[in-house]
Amino acid sequence: MGIKFLTGSEAAVLGATEGGAETMFGYPITPSTEILQGWIEACEKDKKLKFLQTEDETAAGFATIGAILAGKKAFTATAGPGNILMQDPLSMAENLRIPLVCIVMQRGGPSTGTVNFSQQEVTLSAFGGNGDGLRVVYSASTVLEMYKYTAKSFSTAWKYRFPTFVLGDGHLSKMSAKVNISPLLHPIPSAALLKEKISPTFLRNCFSSEESFYNDRLKKNIEAWNFAKNSIVESEQYKVSGIKSLIIAHGSVADAVKDAVDTMRKNGIKIGLFRPITLNPFDSTKLKTLASKVSRIYIVESSLNQLSRIVKYELSGIKTPVIEIAKPAVSFTSDEIVRLIKNSK
Amino acid sequence: MDKIIPASWRTQTKPDFFCPGCGHGIILKQLGYAIDDLKIQEKTTFGIDIGCSLLAWDFFNIDTIQTHHGRTTPVMVGYKMSKPKRVALAYMGDGGGYAIGLQSLIYACFRNDPITVILVNNGNYAMTGGQMAPTTLPGEVTPTTPDGNPTGFGEGFKGPELLSTLCAKNAYIARATVSKPLLLRSVLKKAIKNQIDNNSFSFVEILSICPTNWKLGAKQCFSKLADVEEFYVPSEFSKKEQNVK
Repeated sequence: MGIKFLTGSEAAVLGATEGGAETMFGYPITPSTEILQGWIEACEKDKKLKFLQTEDETAAGFATIGAILAGKKAFTATAGPGNILMQDPLSMAENLRIPLVCIVMQRGGPSTGTVNFSQQEVTLSAFGGNGDGLRVVYSASTVLEMYKYTAKSFSTAWKYRFPTFVLGDGHLSKMSAKVNISPLLHPIPSAALLKEKISPTFLRNCFSSEESFYNDRLKKNIEAWNFAKNSIVESEQYKVSGIKSLIIAHGSVADAVKDAVDTMRKNGIKIGLFRPITLNPFDSTKLKTLASKVSRIYIVESSLNQLSRIVKYELSGIKTPVIEIAKPAVSFTSDEIVRLIKNSK
Repeated sequence: MDKIIPASWRTQTKPDFFCPGCGHGIILKQLGYAIDDLKIQEKTTFGIDIGCSLLAWDFFNIDTIQTHHGRTTPVMVGYKMSKPKRVALAYMGDGGGYAIGLQSLIYACFRNDPITVILVNNGNYAMTGGQMAPTTLPGEVTPTTPDGNPTGFGEGFKGPELLSTLCAKNAYIARATVSKPLLLRSVLKKAIKNQIDNNSFSFVEILSICPTNWKLGAKQCFSKLADVEEFYVPSEFSKKEQNVK
């Protein structure tokens, strides 16, 4: 496909088609609306693709489930308050192991908040709903990654049968960048989840005893999650050779941190970046190895410690001091990150 | 002559889990016969809601999807869009269809989505203990209206009448009752045939009885149902609320 000049939303639409998506259900909400619009444009060009603009995000999520049960690779995209409504279908998908892909362009909350940017939908995406958080959450850092991880999310969801999120944010949605798009390997095909025969499939969501629910459903789901998670986890380490301190950041904030690391390295500061690409499951093995080598860890994020809560849990047993640099729903420049780290002695 | 039980029923899961005397048994029997008569057992996908309807999760030898409360309609809309040749049935109670899932019901009708929604109106939230539903009649005593349902809550929700104001011309909208099972079957068949032949939306509200929460025996239940039928009149509805009895 070569080099293109794309917004994050356009990249997500390309990623969805690359991942084999056939149908999208969605409801307009800033800053994810362009994904719905872009998908509808794709439907105009390829008549095999389908879409439905639903009455709300709950219906979008549940209609996506219906299409997936019928054997289609279907997905949805939303943001903020829409992600809250999406927790109802996502809980069903988590319980029944339905591979629902949901792209979330995070916006500042709670409630309507701002429609631009935040990293405040980490907890909601990873652990929302009345379940235990058996969901895969990718956090895209650049426009190119909106393409790459949207495409990948379909294969992850359909291979492991867990609902899968791709987190972006308002800035990533709207910004344009030159990206080198290369096709991925063959997407994993989809198959109907119902038998359509006299010997039928019963997709049961409700159990009459706690023991039956745990033994027949939850225990099996948790075992499958524990088995799959080591194959799913992804992370990036940036300039970590010889480091004395480590920054942990995700999403587009991590992209700014990379510039900050470059600047500090030029000034002789031995600092590097650990970037979780999957926020759930989390690559704690690699992070623990790095964290035990450094004398200080900085966690930089655009929420009040949502990433930090995950990191602190995953780093249990590691004594390295952690400094949290949080600007809820406000973005960072790389110069600012350099300054904040310098001043956080 | 009907078989004693419909061929599409799953005999291994009988007797079912509905309360003794529940109207769901009558409805699901007539639905079973309708499916048999139309020879669509292998073509049908059955979506069910939360509330008493969930007890039908393995009732038929038919693929069945148990969804969340009020969400059967959008699941079946998405399903049907992806499998246009399947017959998509969405089965729910009056709480699921007229309260928490009303938005999706209205939109499925408004868009003329080719699914058949079957809504059981027993006038209360039966699974949770008989609380006030949108269909509870004025003055009715329930756990959430201990002094009798005040008219300020609305005088009873008339779903088919509402949907007939915004449905497409080729949609099929009707209200039936468990007191006339053969008529109920013919209405269900018309609704399902409308989905198949006209590729359009169909909706059947079925007036039902709830001996457990009405706290009445069989005979009194049917006598109360006769009163309910005075308020919610069984009928077919064409667009713009013109009765064509």
